[in-house]
Amino acid sequence: MSEPTPQTKPDSVVAQESAAQTAEVHAASTQVATTDALPEVLEVRHGMFGAHDAGDTSGYGGLVRTVAMPAPVQRPLDGWWDLVPEVLTRTLPDSGASYDAAVEKVVADRGEVTFFVRREHLVAVARALRDEPELRFEICTGVSGVHYPHETGRELHAVYHLLSITHGGRRVRLEVVCPDADPHVPSVVSVYPGNDWHERETWDMFGLVFDGHPALTRILMPDDWPGHPQRKDYPLGGIPVEYKGAQIPPPDERRSYS
Amino acid sequence: MSDQMTDAYAGSGADQSLQGHVLNASGGDWDDVAAEASALHEERIVVNMGPQHPSTHGVLRLILELDGETVTEARAGIGYLHTGIEKNMEFRTWVQGVTFCTRMDYLSPMFQETAYCLAVEKLLGVTEQVPERATIIRVLMMELTRISSHMVAMATGGMEMGATTVMTVGFREREKVLAVIEMITGLRMNNAYIRPGGVAQDLPPGAIDRIRDMIPSLRVGLRDLERLLNENPVLRGRTVDVGYLDLTGCIALGVTGPVLRATGLPHDLRKLTPYCGYETYDFEVMTRDTCDAYGRLRIRIDEMFESLSIIEQAADRLQSTPGPVMVDDKKIAWPAQLAIGSDGMGNSLDHIKNIMGTSMEALIHHFKLVTEGFRVPAGQVYVAVESPKGELGVHLVSDGGTRPYRAHFRDPSFNNLQAVAAMCEGGQIADVIVAVASIDPVMGGVDR
Repeated sequence: MSEPTPQTKPDSVVAQESAAQTAEVHAASTQVATTDALPEVLEVRHGMFGAHDAGDTSGYGGLVRTVAMPAPVQRPLDGWWDLVPEVLTRTLPDSGASYDAAVEKVVADRGEVTFFVRREHLVAVARALRDEPELRFEICTGVSGVHYPHETGRELHAVYHLLSITHGGRRVRLEVVCPDADPHVPSVVSVYPGNDWHERETWDMFGLVFDGHPALTRILMPDDWPGHPQRKDYPLGGIPVEYKGAQIPPPDERRSYS
Repeated sequence: MSDQMTDAYAGSGADQSLQGHVLNASGGDWDDVAAEASALHEERIVVNMGPQHPSTHGVLRLILELDGETVTEARAGIGYLHTGIEKNMEFRTWVQGVTFCTRMDYLSPMFQETAYCLAVEKLLGVTEQVPERATIIRVLMMELTRISSHMVAMATGGMEMGATTVMTVGFREREKVLAVIEMITGLRMNNAYIRPGGVAQDLPPGAIDRIRDMIPSLRVGLRDLERLLNENPVLRGRTVDVGYLDLTGCIALGVTGPVLRATGLPHDLRKLTPYCGYETYDFEVMTRDTCDAYGRLRIRIDEMFESLSIIEQAADRLQSTPGPVMVDDKKIAWPAQLAIGSDGMGNSLDHIKNIMGTSMEALIHHFKLVTEGFRVPAGQVYVAVESPKGELGVHLVSDGGTRPYRAHFRDPSFNNLQAVAAMCEGGQIADVIVAVASIDPVMGGVDR
């Protein structure tokens, strides 16, 4: 855990706020900065570009790198961000959920806020975010899948970005995780019809099954394609190329510094 | 048709009566097929328009169910141009990513480049350090590209309706813009000019004068286009009330760009959440309230005039804003200094002399940055810009390495094409072409 605690960056948040609210935001951000949560370690990598064997004289084989995502923050959140938990706490019980049950954690990083929503409550949360007048996120700009094969039990992430035109371009991110063994996430097409193709694409590329989607079929790959190409365990493919007498390996076999 | 012909879709002979009449349209004499179809006393027919159809803006496949000439059901089939750009970006450095994303929507390359670079800079935390001059150049390039993209929308849209002159005028004017872009970046398309931390190189000498020379003639060309289109009775007959989609429909389907602005909502990310200093430029968001293809076309023309105004403002600023076009941080800035040599654009001889002859550190830096690339702190960001087609969003995830862990582009055309069904069903088949053209989808961006 030698990674530095990521700063919450109030600068960019301040930019979104009106001048009148600036003082209030600063007050809130100092509280957030005292959070003692540590970055979430996803995986620890050893060595570099495959120098694992005992004959390694480069020293690179001994490198250790921790992959850690920004740590969660506690309430109160900066500026208007705190409206989201506030309104959700008030309205979610109407649909048989509660804020604490629905939201697993909140990450504030680089001026953006991410709510990690438990999958069974995703549709209720999305509906509240769309319909409550104080929130009114009327547009969902799609879902993007991310595959973290080393995060056991939480391998697949579905990331939604919401935009509120009513409230001057506010954005929030919802993140839903599910295990590889049970890749099911409820579809939000009933709330955001425009997510239809985005969910099809995420199914196509990551194998995430969106339960309740009207017609979850492949969209970019051919219908009979095996596998889901953007998962990390799916090879990029390619052939070596000869250039000026040298063999250039395909991109996924080249030296990786990550 | 002879009884001996085997029909793969006909099923076994025993239950033929249960399955109804089978119409086989593969091969055979058209007269036979037509006679068979008319014997059914039904006009319902399913037509695959595309993916190799000249009026579908590339390889879009439209699956239309027709009753006579009325479209009863319309579905869009995509994926014919999927090239795995997002997956490929995970195997290249952060800087190399620019050369991939520029090829997505190939008619507006600068927008993918800018959105991607803004996202990388946000991940790096260097947004504030990007030099003023680089930001102005980005705005200049984006607005030039907006004009060239809208020109193609006009030109191809006109051509699909049979207006060949609109096509020739549109492409002629676009070429003026592309000539300027080529002078600045070296390429007409797929430029890879905007880089994380700034732009690849400063404007060449004389570029500003060239831009100033181009603007009046482009204005004349735009007026030509206006005179050809705006009050043209044939065009109005083809576009007014065609491809109707109101505000409710647009918001529900997440449709942005000219299609949304044609419903009267002045939604433009350049105004709503300004980036690249757009809040300091003087321009208007163009709207219409007709919700139809005609309104979208007029918005595109008006936006080109606004873009010209922004280009003029940017040119003025560039003259009074000298300075670097790349961040100072030598751990991020691309190490090369480009210059024109006898064999074209490449590293300047001074730079080569420096790294090979005098400075070992410079050589190491050059080598490390070019082969390994810079590391980006772990985390994720979403950055959106207003592309000619709507909201272009970039979702970037870094695991702290030298390559993007995940790069996802929310292409506006991908999202907006979902509206085809809502726009076309119940209309005439000829209006499908107009409706699709009014969305202005570019399949390179849709399929990525």
